[in-house]
Amino acid sequence: MLPKQMTSPEDAAPREVLLEVDQVTLRFGGVVALDNLSFQIYKGEIIGLIGPNGAGKTTCFNAMTGVYRPTSGEVRFDGEQVSGRKPHRINRMGIARTFQNIRLFPEMTALENVLVGADSRHHTSVIGALFRLYRVKPGPEELPVVDSTNGLVRFWQQVRRSSAQVFGISRHTLEERAGERKALELLRFVGIADRANDLARNLPYGYQRRLEIARALATEPKLLCLDEPAAGFNPAEKEELLDLIRKIRDRGFTVLLIEHDMRLVMGVTDRIVVLEFGKKIAEGSPAEVRDNPKVIAAYLGEPADAA
Amino acid sequence: MTEALRQFNERRRHALGGMADRWRALPRWQRWLGVLAGLAFLYYLPFLGDIPGTNLIIPGLDWFRTDSIAGGSNWAGVLFVCALYVLVAIGLNVVIGLAGLLDLGYVGFYAVGAYSVALFGSTQSPVVQSMQRQFGLSEEWAVAWAVCIPIALAFSLVAGVLLGWPTLRLRGDYLAIVTLGFGEIIRIVAKNSGWAGQAQGVAGIPGPEGPPSADNTVFGLLKIEPWYWLALTVVLLMVLLVRRLEHSRVGRSWLAIREDEDAAAVMGVYPFKFKLWAFAIGAALGGLSGLLFASRSTFIQPETFNVQLSILFVAMVVVGGSGNMAGVALGAFLLAYLPERFRDFSEYRVLAFGLALVLIMLLRPQGLLPSRRRTRELQDRAKEAAVNVA
Repeated sequence: MLPKQMTSPEDAAPREVLLEVDQVTLRFGGVVALDNLSFQIYKGEIIGLIGPNGAGKTTCFNAMTGVYRPTSGEVRFDGEQVSGRKPHRINRMGIARTFQNIRLFPEMTALENVLVGADSRHHTSVIGALFRLYRVKPGPEELPVVDSTNGLVRFWQQVRRSSAQVFGISRHTLEERAGERKALELLRFVGIADRANDLARNLPYGYQRRLEIARALATEPKLLCLDEPAAGFNPAEKEELLDLIRKIRDRGFTVLLIEHDMRLVMGVTDRIVVLEFGKKIAEGSPAEVRDNPKVIAAYLGEPADAA
Repeated sequence: MTEALRQFNERRRHALGGMADRWRALPRWQRWLGVLAGLAFLYYLPFLGDIPGTNLIIPGLDWFRTDSIAGGSNWAGVLFVCALYVLVAIGLNVVIGLAGLLDLGYVGFYAVGAYSVALFGSTQSPVVQSMQRQFGLSEEWAVAWAVCIPIALAFSLVAGVLLGWPTLRLRGDYLAIVTLGFGEIIRIVAKNSGWAGQAQGVAGIPGPEGPPSADNTVFGLLKIEPWYWLALTVVLLMVLLVRRLEHSRVGRSWLAIREDEDAAAVMGVYPFKFKLWAFAIGAALGGLSGLLFASRSTFIQPETFNVQLSILFVAMVVVGGSGNMAGVALGAFLLAYLPERFRDFSEYRVLAFGLALVLIMLLRPQGLLPSRRRTRELQDRAKEAAVNVA
């Protein structure tokens, strides 16, 4: 692949392409939802995908995450083709997403929701959970602690410690522990750890949005796609969300953001792709995009005398 | 009338909910003691009312026994059937309660388990007889009972996978219809195939002590207590294993699939794989129960495995509280026990059964002992419906 020509001088070094949308066209009958669309997402950036209603943002998103198969063209992630794979395979490849209309598992607690995400990197299946025969030699910090002063209890703890040293600990147990640690850490990271044991359905709206992000992060993605994460937020909440998105990027995730709110997008993204009627009409830094007459026309309508 | 019943139900629910919370608040050793006492009671059940080793009786307890009424069935025999049904209910609960797949053909797996031990274990089965001819074995030869267990498990697992593979792409009612057909297919195939003994079935099915004979001392024809203890032990073992699954990555995946299959798939859960596992595990438990049934009765025929039995299995899960193992076990016990205890009203059995089902659906759609999750879900759906009406 040829190195892309960068507009600004500090980007002169070729950056690694993480996801490439290559001349994707998607037709539903006679409707052309995406028209020969091409853009790249680079590792480590926050990229915004914006456009007026019906511009094809979510369609593009669905084509990228494997929900739709493009009519022509293809989507590549890390050099591998995405289109046509099953959703859980795409998740394994390293793409995680949130939903515009929140889709948590309402009857599970916040912690369990994140655990389901963490499970996508685990391997215990039915046989492993039933018989726990797959043993792993535990590290010193994984061994049962011996801390009781009561003689009998202490003896029992010692027996358990020795048997863990001799026979190892089942992968199931280790994965459960690791998953729980990771889930709690992520809940803290997005700021909702105080209600980890509440059912997802009982959480306030803002918490549910953050829980979706935590669940997606738990699958250890390379690319995190957020579909209108600020919908329904007040300005203060939006500000907190911006901070969170920046923190996520600082952890090394690449973030794709679909958003209506121009201010939010301008404030956080490194690069923006603007869609209108399924076509890319502009791409560049927030400042460039803001001043682009085509973008202004798309959002505000063309002045009557422009024609 | 329904209002009064509803209020009563409300009060009872408060009382029971408090009981569950108090139980969880007990120290660990006290709960262990409670569990041990419960287990001891379960193993004591065949002697209910008697004090073993003496001639003394405990007055009052006798009333619960099915042989306390004129023409009542053997008490240990009824308990054995109860244990079989509990095993079935626990298996079906994995499919319906945990993975959320409605399976109306569960009797098919029960039949596969029963026929596995019949066709491989009985010297009178066409399969064994043809093997004897093929390999020049003696007429006494048949597959040992202990070997029949893995055979039955394997066959019912494979039956579960074979049924699940093409049909689990369907959702909801469509899946229910296909599984209903599967149960019938098994029965009709058994009825029409020479190798399965056709309509007259298969006799001479072995038990743990070998083929049925008057010399069997423990697992005999008349003394049924050991059979009950065997079935109870199998049930307890399976409860432990299913609990392990419930509290693991697998159980979480099932729950996630039940809640929102598409969101689960996007989060890396492969719904098809886990649904297939749920089917296979449910099938294996059903097969195991069928094996015990066939061994105890020493004779099976295809008409035993009819649709009504399938519906009864689903009713046990729904009445007991799908998703909760204690609930479905209670449902299975009640549906097997009550008709036997109240034989006097046997003419009205179907009427009473229908009435009870309607009442439970009216007053307690979550089942008698619902899991907490299930409760909240159903109450919430009721709320949603109310909002839509308004």
